[in-house]
Amino acid sequence: MQKTQVIVGLGSCGVAAGAGKIYETLKSLKNADKLDFELKKTSCVGMCFREPLVEVIDENGSFLYGEVTDDIAVEIVQQHVIGFNPVRDYIVKADLFETPDKDFFAGQIKIALRNCGYIDPESIEEYEARNGYKAIKMVAEKGLTHEAVILTILDSGLRGRGGGGFSTGMKWRFARNNASAEKYIICNADEGDPGAFMDRSLIEGDPHSVLEGMIIGAYAIGATGGIIYCRAEYPLAIKRLEIALKQARTKGYLGKNILGIEGFNFDIYVKEGAGAFVCGEETALIASIEGERGMPRKRPPFPAEKGLWGKPSNINNVETFANVPYIVLNGAGSFNKYGTEKSKGTKVFALAGKIKHGGLVEVPMGITIREIIFKLGGGIQKNKEFKAVQLGGPSGGCIPKHLIDTQVDYDQVNATGAIMGSGGMVVMDETTCMVDMARFFLDFTQKESCGKCTFCRIGTKRMLEILIRITEGKGEDGDIEKLEDLAQQIKDSSLCGLGQTAPNPVLTALKYFRHEFEAHIYDKKCPALNCKPLLTYTILPNKCTGCRVCAIKCPVQAISGEKKLPHLISQETCIKCGDCYSRCKFEAITVS
Amino acid sequence: MRVQRLALQLDKNKIAEEVDLNLLNPLIEKYKGKKGNLIPLLQGAQHIYGFIPDSVFRKISDETGVSLSDMYGVATFYAQFRLKPAGKHIIKVCHGTACHVQNATAISEALKEALGVEEGETTPDKMFTLESVACLGCCSLAPVMMIGENDTHGKLTGASAVKVVKDIKTKEIEHG
Repeated sequence: MQKTQVIVGLGSCGVAAGAGKIYETLKSLKNADKLDFELKKTSCVGMCFREPLVEVIDENGSFLYGEVTDDIAVEIVQQHVIGFNPVRDYIVKADLFETPDKDFFAGQIKIALRNCGYIDPESIEEYEARNGYKAIKMVAEKGLTHEAVILTILDSGLRGRGGGGFSTGMKWRFARNNASAEKYIICNADEGDPGAFMDRSLIEGDPHSVLEGMIIGAYAIGATGGIIYCRAEYPLAIKRLEIALKQARTKGYLGKNILGIEGFNFDIYVKEGAGAFVCGEETALIASIEGERGMPRKRPPFPAEKGLWGKPSNINNVETFANVPYIVLNGAGSFNKYGTEKSKGTKVFALAGKIKHGGLVEVPMGITIREIIFKLGGGIQKNKEFKAVQLGGPSGGCIPKHLIDTQVDYDQVNATGAIMGSGGMVVMDETTCMVDMARFFLDFTQKESCGKCTFCRIGTKRMLEILIRITEGKGEDGDIEKLEDLAQQIKDSSLCGLGQTAPNPVLTALKYFRHEFEAHIYDKKCPALNCKPLLTYTILPNKCTGCRVCAIKCPVQAISGEKKLPHLISQETCIKCGDCYSRCKFEAITVS
Repeated sequence: MRVQRLALQLDKNKIAEEVDLNLLNPLIEKYKGKKGNLIPLLQGAQHIYGFIPDSVFRKISDETGVSLSDMYGVATFYAQFRLKPAGKHIIKVCHGTACHVQNATAISEALKEALGVEEGETTPDKMFTLESVACLGCCSLAPVMMIGENDTHGKLTGASAVKVVKDIKTKEIEHG
């Protein structure tokens, strides 16, 4: 009989939720009583909303416990591991019976995330045990040509998962056709898009699938060197990549004459980014690897002709590479059987914001946004009203409620004005102000603009100033038109994707929520009650107990009144900081 | 925009920092003459000193031949590099989209008030530096902050964030 396994999810979000401590608790329990079970680590299974997660696998299958505390961990060991009696109250997923969270997994098809949460990411053996490195071995054993590999990827319909959506097979073919003794294959893991964490989870959970994808890509295009450009903000991902690289070298998946393929010499190293969103743009990324300021260059020449160090280079995103071994091993049909006519396969999304089940999901293309948010995601927190969903981060836009049945497909999403992006999906409810969101994104792109193109450098600044003015209640007639005019000019006159797409969040907000802008400008009101300068705080005399807490804490002494009698806020003095509102225990203060 | 940071860094009254430049030797040895070495050199230097002092710029420039202006250009372009000493604990409050929607501003405001510093500043006792970052990638636990390299805290409120910081401070005082 196999030993019972106890597996703790130790991805970044698990650790943030306290999984490290749970692991230590389990370890000390095991050691103290010399218990006979196997304690293992894995990464994120995507169920971030139930972290910390502990999985117990015994002869009856798998039982996943969610929101585990120290006490629950003790209970799991005593009742389940020793007593063979699963503690049903805390189980969020099980093979044996149904759980309330089953919908989170029911709609998913895991290709890129096939191993995330199922293997120890620091063990190459566990990756190999789940068909790992079988694809590159198959290429070597069958003697598949470069062209055959490229054709498989072309047939699969795989498109760039970083957001661009360009055909991966085509990209590889371009790089293949540029003859050079030196070529590079680069993995873009500079996931700078705020609100997205697919790449982090993927690398933390299954680094070898990315490496294998790169090795296959290197074989296909004839690359001599590989680089993974990873954000410095992801220390755990970098650590696991380094471990994986070492293991792959020891096993001969990297190095000289890989797997006996004569002349196939290839190795990969990790390059740490230094914190610049624009480096997600491929020419800026190349400049950064070369040790320069990460400023985009003119295309053409495209990296496939003249990239890193002037040599042909191919850049793909983490998720794109993670799909490659699966496609090569199982054939193009295993991938393109999912999806729509022009968008094949699956896509990973990071669900965040005002959604009940925030986490990582992989769904077939063609699924509607409604299904993702309300079925997998469980709907909106506190059952509030859904307002919009933001896709594509600072380069994307929001999709409003009436378009929630839009299918997840590159072209359909583009038609709404948003973009597929890398897969960040931030859900907003009635309390989110769309003008404030537009300001938030412009603030981000304005700070991250590299400064090369005038329209992007100064135009975003001017747009931001207007948006700040509007959220402060100082908006003027004509501001909306100015925003639209500037947006068009920035789009037309910027060199790279950052500038060309920077106005998108504002444009989609104007397209679908123009009335909110108008309410701010003409009525000096924020319908979502979010923009503080536009709010009025008043005390309800019938609810106020005269406890004086708000009056004492008010930073500008705007609240007056006798003890145990209703108080009053002086609207002239009030600076609308909202302190009284958050302090009042009797709900006696209202905002309008 | 990124070019603006230049002006902010030209602090004429900066006190000369005394650092042991010999610590740099192995780093320079490792990267000298390699192409694309500038960012790893600066990252390594910051790893040693916690920030990049003037004298370090000069030494690297002297020994590798990279011009000071090139180095300064790179150091001021990337958000990661610090030209001023930081506190023992660096608090990074996430201001990604998900955290913004979940009111990350309140976290920053509460910490500013509790520590008595503005964003980017260090407390007088050199214990904490308060920073804001674009995204830590723990979006489903928003709002999030990270202290140091791997101590991440999620689902915060202003009060709970302040408590985390105060607990660290108490520990520091206890351990002298």
